[in-house]
Amino acid sequence: MMEHTLISKPDFDTQTLEVSLGPQHPSTHGVFRMNVVLDGETIVKLKPVMGYLHRNHEKLAENMSYLGSMPYTDRLDYICSMTNNFAYALAVEKLAGIEVPERAQYIRIIMAELTRLVNHTLLIGFLLNDLGAFFTPVLYAFREREKILDLFEEVAGSRMMCNYFRFGGVKADLTPDFLPRVKELIQNYPRFLDEFEALLSENEILMARTQKVGVLPKELAVSASITGPMLRASGVPYDIRKVDHYSLYDRFKFRVPIGEHGDVYDRYYIRVLEMRESIKILDQAVKEIPSGDVISKVGAGFAKAPRNFKPKAGEAYGRIEAPKGELGFFVVSDGTNKPYRYHVRAPSFINLTILEDMCLGHKVPDAIIILGSIDIVLGEVDR
Amino acid sequence: MDQLFVHIDQAIIHWAQAVLPDWMAVIVAMKIPIVAIAIFGPVTMMYLTLIERKLLARIQNRFGPNRVGKFGLLQPLADGVKMLTKEDIVPEKADKIAHLLAPILIVIPALLVFAVLPFGRNMIAVDLNIGVLFFLAMSGTTTLFIFTAAWASHNKFSLLGGMRSVAQMISYEIPFVLSVVPVLVVVGSFSTVAIVEAQPGLHWFVFTPWGAVGFFIFFICAVAEVNRTPFDLPEAESELVAGFHTEYSGMKFALFYMAEFMNVFTVSALVATVFLGGWQGPILPSWVWFLLKTYTLILIMMWFRGTFPRLRADQLMGFAWKFLLELTFVNIIVAAIWYEMRSPLNHLTAAAILIVTIIVLFQFNKTEIPKKRIYKYAYAD
Repeated sequence: MMEHTLISKPDFDTQTLEVSLGPQHPSTHGVFRMNVVLDGETIVKLKPVMGYLHRNHEKLAENMSYLGSMPYTDRLDYICSMTNNFAYALAVEKLAGIEVPERAQYIRIIMAELTRLVNHTLLIGFLLNDLGAFFTPVLYAFREREKILDLFEEVAGSRMMCNYFRFGGVKADLTPDFLPRVKELIQNYPRFLDEFEALLSENEILMARTQKVGVLPKELAVSASITGPMLRASGVPYDIRKVDHYSLYDRFKFRVPIGEHGDVYDRYYIRVLEMRESIKILDQAVKEIPSGDVISKVGAGFAKAPRNFKPKAGEAYGRIEAPKGELGFFVVSDGTNKPYRYHVRAPSFINLTILEDMCLGHKVPDAIIILGSIDIVLGEVDR
Repeated sequence: MDQLFVHIDQAIIHWAQAVLPDWMAVIVAMKIPIVAIAIFGPVTMMYLTLIERKLLARIQNRFGPNRVGKFGLLQPLADGVKMLTKEDIVPEKADKIAHLLAPILIVIPALLVFAVLPFGRNMIAVDLNIGVLFFLAMSGTTTLFIFTAAWASHNKFSLLGGMRSVAQMISYEIPFVLSVVPVLVVVGSFSTVAIVEAQPGLHWFVFTPWGAVGFFIFFICAVAEVNRTPFDLPEAESELVAGFHTEYSGMKFALFYMAEFMNVFTVSALVATVFLGGWQGPILPSWVWFLLKTYTLILIMMWFRGTFPRLRADQLMGFAWKFLLELTFVNIIVAAIWYEMRSPLNHLTAAAILIVTIIVLFQFNKTEIPKKRIYKYAYAD
């Protein structure tokens, strides 16, 4: 377990060393900063410093039309813009009571699961980079990610900042060769995962470095409201796709992998297994997708004249299982065309809160991989 | 072809004797190997950087440098010019003298060790009778200058890097030195030339049981000695920014790089000399064999860099103290037994003892060997 005290008590006087890891540090995934106090190389205190990328996202949203903040949600977690759109669209649809056509639901699920593949692939690459594997895994991860971004570009016109979702559906229908390309991807992706796993999962150094490091106990994880793969790696079977029944996820058959130890290795492996389940969902979605409208009549009207969109006064919370955890948007309407209050429940931010508990007693290199395994994107942490 | 460089050397000396007065001819004769090494070292380093970048690029599904010159062959020159013209930044609170001296001094041992490497038959600058000892002593001092640089920089990342470097040196120097002892026991000399001559044709030491184990230990320790992946803790990019050379820029940084790559070359050359028969080998000229073996080892080190994650400091120490050290001690005894038995039985005995030792050591370290895991699923379909 975690040692919260000094590991050794030498006879001579020693001093602790205060080091500021970040905001300019190669492994803080952006502009995150950890002020650590070190005894030798053992961490005795860690204070996360956030806010270097704060750009007033929530207040900005309160001063523009509902649809106006859709492109801004892309910039929250800039790796998974599709799921950010998804959660925001869900919240507003709940608020205004807009129905979504079935085809649009399927398209949304396809996009969400593709995004999960992008996020987890990239995370594993970067985690290995933090472990010191000199850019090789991350570049192969990027190669696969590009293939999925090509698909996003095909439907949304943009690779990263997709802005594809609209209230009541999606912006445009799939192009004719989108589905065949997804099918091809579904066939090839497991092969890439097998290769990745053969080289990484049982690598002695990787196992030695990540097992028993950064253990997050079940109870702490639940009480700190950790969500997503981190929570499941600690052994809690909680997946919003299963418990909240949002969109059409009830129609799909998939399993939720559960870790046992809650250490960095579990967090790594849970993500690999989740990718395989995502491929299953994609496979079913591509086969079953019906034809029809991709946006409801009401939604299409508002997409053309966003300033006329005035939901009746009330509040709504829409949440999805984003690749990083529970991503929720809380929107309060006062009947005007701007939200009265707009709040984002960002999974990376909340998952980051227990960083110190996981790092204490470990060494500096462990802190780096623990941070890597939390999977943060600073755009979402600082908003 | 075999004696090509020796003949060139002789020709220059003859010419000097014919043209110059005696005392100058002696100086010329003395200076030839020095000049040769002073040119060979840095040029090797420059092109090793290119080879490494190219190889890593191919491993990583990229092209690597290919803009400057054909296949990027002029890239090292461009880099050199860039390094020389870059601003030299010295931190305000740095120990200015030490900060300046460290990168200069670190190159000296890296160049000196070239002197005792036999590049081919009759191709050695100085055939010291303590050649191997000289090499080990000289390469050991590198750590001192790394620590000087770390301390002088007045930067906490540098300091941590320097600290790690010293700890790593203390751990790995011991098995590094001890793993050569079996060879010295069998050859009966410290001289690198004598060691190579004791492995005629294809009778390289690596093909004996103790030689194979010795080679394995020596090569691992060599990788640790030159701070390369998976033992690159002192500069650990993802943890310590750049470790001991965080606060260095321009040519000073380039000198650290130069020392590192020359060390990579010399250490690989020593491994080749001691265990892989140095310049011994059939058909090809001796110096071709030597460079072939050395570059093979260098490429393996680069391959490591492209594929391995980094170990943590305590795992690194644990590996040295709990596994390598014991194995080296047993290996010394095994080499002595092998030498005394002088019969076909000796190979079997030596192999048997070593295999049993390795199994026993694995058993002792079993708690630290990570295990595979099986995962459960919720909501099974």
